[in-house]
Amino acid sequence: MTETAAPLIAFVDVRKHYGEGTARVDALRGVSFDVSAGEVVGLRGPSGSGKTTVLNIVGCILAPSEGELRLSGEPIYAGGRWLRSDLRRLRLENIGFIFQFHNLLPFLTSTDNVALVLRLAGQSAGAAKRRAVELLDYLDVGHRRNAFPSQLSGGEAQRVAIARALANRPRIILADEPTAALDSQRGQVVMDLLRRVAVDQQAAIIVVTHDDKIADRFDRVLEIRDGLLV
Amino acid sequence: MNLALRDIRHNLGRFLLTCVGLSLLLAIVMSMLGIYRGLIAEALTIARAPGVDLWIVETNTRGPFAEASRLPGDTREAVARVAGVTEAGALTFQSVETETAAGKLRLYVMGYEPGRPGGPTRIVEGRPIAQSRYEVVADRSAGLSLGQRLRLGRREFLVVGLTAGQVSSGGDPAVFITLRDSQKLQFDLAPPAARREIARGGNEAVNDIVNAIVARVSPDVPVASVADGVRRWKHLAVLTQEDQEMVLSRSVIERARRQIGLFTSLLLIVSTVIIALIIYTLTIDKTREIATLKLIGAPDRIIVGLIMQQALAMGAIGFAFGITFILTIKDGFPRRVVIEAPDVAALAAVVIVVCIVASSLGVRLALKVDPATALAG
Repeated sequence: MTETAAPLIAFVDVRKHYGEGTARVDALRGVSFDVSAGEVVGLRGPSGSGKTTVLNIVGCILAPSEGELRLSGEPIYAGGRWLRSDLRRLRLENIGFIFQFHNLLPFLTSTDNVALVLRLAGQSAGAAKRRAVELLDYLDVGHRRNAFPSQLSGGEAQRVAIARALANRPRIILADEPTAALDSQRGQVVMDLLRRVAVDQQAAIIVVTHDDKIADRFDRVLEIRDGLLV
Repeated sequence: MNLALRDIRHNLGRFLLTCVGLSLLLAIVMSMLGIYRGLIAEALTIARAPGVDLWIVETNTRGPFAEASRLPGDTREAVARVAGVTEAGALTFQSVETETAAGKLRLYVMGYEPGRPGGPTRIVEGRPIAQSRYEVVADRSAGLSLGQRLRLGRREFLVVGLTAGQVSSGGDPAVFITLRDSQKLQFDLAPPAARREIARGGNEAVNDIVNAIVARVSPDVPVASVADGVRRWKHLAVLTQEDQEMVLSRSVIERARRQIGLFTSLLLIVSTVIIALIIYTLTIDKTREIATLKLIGAPDRIIVGLIMQQALAMGAIGFAFGITFILTIKDGFPRRVVIEAPDVAALAAVVIVVCIVASSLGVRLALKVDPATALAG
């Protein structure tokens, strides 16, 4: 993916519907927005408003019905089809995911969870481990590097998950309610981390959230209702 | 980074427990193959023991194991004089049930002429029969000891020698007595029946009857030509050793062989279904992890590898446990269980195929997992 001054995420008049005829449900009805490097954008809305659909489309795991998606200036979806065949590779190298419930692999230690994405990207075992330890230290969980997810607190697990999301230095980070399973203090810590990452890595971050307590941590908040930005 | 191995190590207890369950199933499959081989081995033991080239039996029969065969005792002398025959012996075969201090005992009694073919080939304890009457050499599996008295018919016999591994196709221990004793045991009428026969003017029964004549052929003479020579006597039928073994392994135990073969096939199908269900359940348990792997960009080969390597590891460990288990307990079976290396290798290959086939269900499920599942709350 080429370096460009264009927005890292360009979501252009995207529509998505499920089913046909009387069973048709319009999840997105023409949604457009951009997210630039270094920006942390909140995506809010009631359940069923289309937040997850937006996240799935930006994450290249759901095809829009109409519209265009550009990531780092490169058209990824347009004219009713994906323009890249290696979407998994695209995600591995360019998109970091942070989940509501950390989704760490339970049979890998913190270090190995982070190193896994680096190994998948082709790094050697040694290089992957060094980078993983460096990231865990950066996120203040270096002392838990040999712990399994079941041995971590919620906040620690979420920080390890953030380390994993950052491992391949992605320019786009998608977070699905990353503070929902945390108390408010730990939620603030996670948001501080994301802000730090956005600045340090010049990444574009979209955070889906219901949490009012972190509303002031976003550069912008996109409000979505019935498939439209309001 | 081998994800399958890491997952196994993380859930080692559960994995090993599953392997133990599978190993019991595979041990049963192996034991069925062992019983099948044992059945053939036991069936052939008696036929191979005399180390002969020809079996001469009553015409139109395939005796003495597959069908009843009765020949005049002097047939032995006639056969012994055929050109090319170096030795000949007359034999009788009969199943007997007797009582010992330990309870009922079924025996396969073989009558032979000491010094001629057909007797016990190897005495592992004691000595061969030395007297013309009332001595017996018994197989160790009968549970008899040297010097013990054994009642056969109306007579008591002294156990003078023991053999090993000599059993009938039905698994009954073989005992050897002299031809004369065996003829009296098999063909003599009980005294009241004999008196009645004489009273009604009948002749005393002729008991110089045998069930088969066995013959050794000179190495310089083709066995087939000697067999053809004997066949010219219309009252005799001839089987070569190869024919006799074929009759035993294909005819006498054919139903048992097919039964065991069918049961083994069913067990393999059950094993496949069980492995498939285990792998499927393990895959369902890992749906979120698989979705996460897909979402973060892991290629399908990593996910397929995770499932298939676990299935193969389970099969390999279960197989190793199962073989070890059956090798440990096989001698405790009431009938011989023969575990042969080619069968073990064949079962190993079948287990690999079964694991691959069984894991395909889990792989199919894994490949259908939507990466968006990882984002679901």
